[in-house]
Amino acid sequence: MSSFSTETIFASTITTPDIAWVALLPLLILCGASIFLLTVASIAPKDLPSSFYAVYTGLAALASLISAIPLWVRVQDNERGPFSTIAGGFSVDGFSLIITFLILVSVVLVACLASEYLINEGISGPEPFVLIMLSASGGITMAGASDLIVLFLGIEVLSIAAYVLAAMDMRRVQSQEAGMKYFILGAFASGFLLYGMALIYGATGSTSLVAIRDFLESTELTNDALLLAGISMVLIGLGFKVATVPFHFWTPDVYQGSPTPFVAFMASAVKAAGFAALIRVFYGAFASYQTDWKPIIYGLAIATLVVGSFMAIVQTDVKRLLAYSSISHAGYILVGFQSGSENGVISVSFYLITYAFMVLGSFAVVSIVGGLNGGQPTLDDFEGLSNRRPILAAVFTIFLLGQAGIPLTTGFFAKFYVIEAAIEARSYGLAISAMVTAVIAAFLYLKILVKMWMTGETESDPISNRQARANIPIRIQVGFVLLISGGFTLIFGIWPHPIVELARDALPIL
Amino acid sequence: MGSTFFASSLASTEPSFPTIPALVILPIIGAFAVALTPSARSGLHKLVATLFSGMVGAISIWILTAFETNSDFQFISQATWIKSLGIQWFAGIDGISLFLVVLTGLLFPLAIVAINPSHNHKAYYIWLLILQSGCMGAFVALDLFMFFVFFEIVLIPMYFLIGKWGHGNAKYAATKFFLFTMLGSAIMLVSIIALASLHSRDAGSDITFNLLEIAGNPAISTATGRILFLGFALAFAVKVPLFPVHTWLPDAHTEAPTAGSVILAGVMLKLGTYGFIRFGLFLFPEASHFFAPVFLTLGVIGILYGAVVATMQSDLKRLVAYSSIAHLGFIILGTFALNTQGIQGATVQMINHGISTGALFLLVGIIYERKHTREIAELGGIQKSAPILAGAFTIVMLSSIGLPGLNGFVGEFLILLGAFTAHRWWAVVAAVGVVLAALYLLWAYQRVFHGPEESAEDQTKDLTPWERLILLPLIVAIVYLGVYPKPMLNRIEPAVDRLVAHVEEHVEGGAFREPTPTVGTRSSFADLVEDSHNHGGHHESDDHHDKGGHQ
Repeated sequence: MSSFSTETIFASTITTPDIAWVALLPLLILCGASIFLLTVASIAPKDLPSSFYAVYTGLAALASLISAIPLWVRVQDNERGPFSTIAGGFSVDGFSLIITFLILVSVVLVACLASEYLINEGISGPEPFVLIMLSASGGITMAGASDLIVLFLGIEVLSIAAYVLAAMDMRRVQSQEAGMKYFILGAFASGFLLYGMALIYGATGSTSLVAIRDFLESTELTNDALLLAGISMVLIGLGFKVATVPFHFWTPDVYQGSPTPFVAFMASAVKAAGFAALIRVFYGAFASYQTDWKPIIYGLAIATLVVGSFMAIVQTDVKRLLAYSSISHAGYILVGFQSGSENGVISVSFYLITYAFMVLGSFAVVSIVGGLNGGQPTLDDFEGLSNRRPILAAVFTIFLLGQAGIPLTTGFFAKFYVIEAAIEARSYGLAISAMVTAVIAAFLYLKILVKMWMTGETESDPISNRQARANIPIRIQVGFVLLISGGFTLIFGIWPHPIVELARDALPIL
Repeated sequence: MGSTFFASSLASTEPSFPTIPALVILPIIGAFAVALTPSARSGLHKLVATLFSGMVGAISIWILTAFETNSDFQFISQATWIKSLGIQWFAGIDGISLFLVVLTGLLFPLAIVAINPSHNHKAYYIWLLILQSGCMGAFVALDLFMFFVFFEIVLIPMYFLIGKWGHGNAKYAATKFFLFTMLGSAIMLVSIIALASLHSRDAGSDITFNLLEIAGNPAISTATGRILFLGFALAFAVKVPLFPVHTWLPDAHTEAPTAGSVILAGVMLKLGTYGFIRFGLFLFPEASHFFAPVFLTLGVIGILYGAVVATMQSDLKRLVAYSSIAHLGFIILGTFALNTQGIQGATVQMINHGISTGALFLLVGIIYERKHTREIAELGGIQKSAPILAGAFTIVMLSSIGLPGLNGFVGEFLILLGAFTAHRWWAVVAAVGVVLAALYLLWAYQRVFHGPEESAEDQTKDLTPWERLILLPLIVAIVYLGVYPKPMLNRIEPAVDRLVAHVEEHVEGGAFREPTPTVGTRSSFADLVEDSHNHGGHHESDDHHDKGGHQ
């Protein structure tokens, strides 16, 4: 019943809306592939090797990606342009497609990381890969959702799969704990989100984002308390997904305990989907209420930046540290988001794309270094990495400098565009706070650099342990992830033009 | 004046050889070349690094000869970088940046040849080459964005050079250096974007980061300009470093490897003072004038504070580091005198400080290599066993003190002259700093080189022929620029004149030219400029005269 729009409720007979199947092709391919894999694997007499599942997942994501390319061409064509389907519930525009591309690329890279990780951890079976694909299809749904109900569907598909992924490492209690925490807090956030949607429906009489926008633009509400309560609850629900302060408490625990490749997935794809939903709802439906929500985002952004960067400094567990760092990055994205302008959306898209590669690469390094330490490396595990593994250390340096926003990496341009959007919107205070916290955050990346490059290995470290660490092999698929992410971060860090143009063509149009 | 003025300043012919791209890119190619040489052959690394940074040095000397003495930007190189934001690769050299480019071109190969790293040769040379490219890029950039990129990127190589090859508490020093500088540049980035965005709005043009276009068509309001200026000034003040944001410098200098100190003092600190002149004064003439008393005061505090603290240092390298703070205070004093002599003096002093402090750090490094200590109390009597070392140290030290006939004098004299014309009392107080410089350097010399003779088994080895050869160009430059600074001053002057005229044009009344009566109109102002030229001429000849007397 969720796919009925308001018009059909009032119609005398129920007619099903037209569906442009082509528009849903990327989604269908991914969903279909995951269910097919599950079926085949349950029929198959014995477990297939993990690498097979990984290749299968990668190919499915690639097929889905290829099927989205004609849509991109069509959307960019001036005569045909963006369109929506399923009675306006799902739109296909540049923005939804670019987020789709991003999610699919991260699926490919995460699949590469996962196959390696799962072999090391002795986890067999197709479930992780099925869940990654399902979660990604939820994310794609969110990116295109132009109805609150569709959005909620997307979020639940994305999240429930992600909860299970967090708890995937059955042998480790931290993973179980992470999954449990993520699930309970996530369910709580979903509750807020759904309640908020109900209130918005009550205030505006529709769940369609277009209808809400038109209603709010044409009608002056005498009492908008209901609507404002709805907006804030939706903000809480989505704020949880993208981990803004004060809805971030799950992040460090979940990132620390979850299997590393799935953390990479959460930090790249899940975050991107969450921000896509935020943009859809707030830029689309509530554009006329900018004066109400912008100050709130302003405050959230500063809190997120400050808490994220300060808390990151005191961490010793690297995954926990990267969790706080990802919180502070969410803060930067909010800085761009807060501007409420076209340039704001462009800066957010650019940030999401570039950050995804940096964070995927970072977690790839973390999973290599932490390989024999239960996948949970501490800062000390990075000591003297440049002596043992100069190239790995160099690649990690690129990601860290990128996250610190040093020029000639994509991270610098990401910050640049975000700050530029904020300044154009006259949010000078926010821009300055963002740059000051960037310096604080830089300290934490420097801490890792110091460990890697300027510290020899400690004497207390038993030699056998050292030798063991020195001999962890880097499999080809992980090398591939490092090559792609590192190359992306460096090349587009010098020449960001193509990515900017891509983001520029990808404005959300309902 | 206005934009047409600046358009004409670009009119010089573009040479067919891409000079500036070569300056910036050659070291990067060199870095790749070093990276590709086999790790075991450390001699080869040094050779390749010397070769590439030497080529840059050769090009910079060629630039010196091909440079035409006028106020134009020359060797212009321009290309679109990011079209949607109007960001360009836009570079050129004028009289102000010319000698800094040459200094960067020559000091790096010298530092590479002179000092062998303690370990990990390959990475060391890669970072040095990247650093050269970064410094070069910052000195030639005429696009705000491009400047920022280079200004910020130099942090990385220097961070690794200090942290990985430094002594003592190197990690702490490197991190402190990085964070201090990054804080400054973070605020500057906000200012740059705000300036470009507000300028495009108020001037009704497309967004641009082109320095000449923004400066030539000032559209932002006075109040905004002042705030934005402070954003730029913070970044430059940290880099210079000005009191009270100088605390990173003694640590960084003391812990850095010798080549790091040489480059840091010789080239990188100039990014701050150069930034003030090129960007602070040029983009925000009104704000520079408005805040001039603040910076003059900070400059004078730096001079006195640096001198007093240097006197009390027990570590020879730290002493030189604090003397840098004092010298850079002079440069700031000259810059914010906002007249031709002052800025010209500041530009000259940047070069002089680069040469003499670079040489001082080299000598301190040589002493440390021989004695394994930098504690002044543990040194002594070196002169007897190493007379040539002592002689070289004397010349360099006297240049640093500002002895007439050596290069340091020219800059300090012009600065004090400019400051005296504009702000008498600041100059009077600053002059005390000259005396203090003599005090702490001579006292240090006395303790290190004189005193009881060293015991027979503890003799200091004198300079090797190789070391002499390396120090020779620096000492020749010290003497040459001291005795005959005219060619250098001639090349610097037109650009400085243009800058001063630009500042005057945007400052109402020119009231800061005390003690000369206040003048309001442009025509009378032109006289003033003329007048100050004549002054400049006089003083220059005075200058020679003086030297004659002293020699």
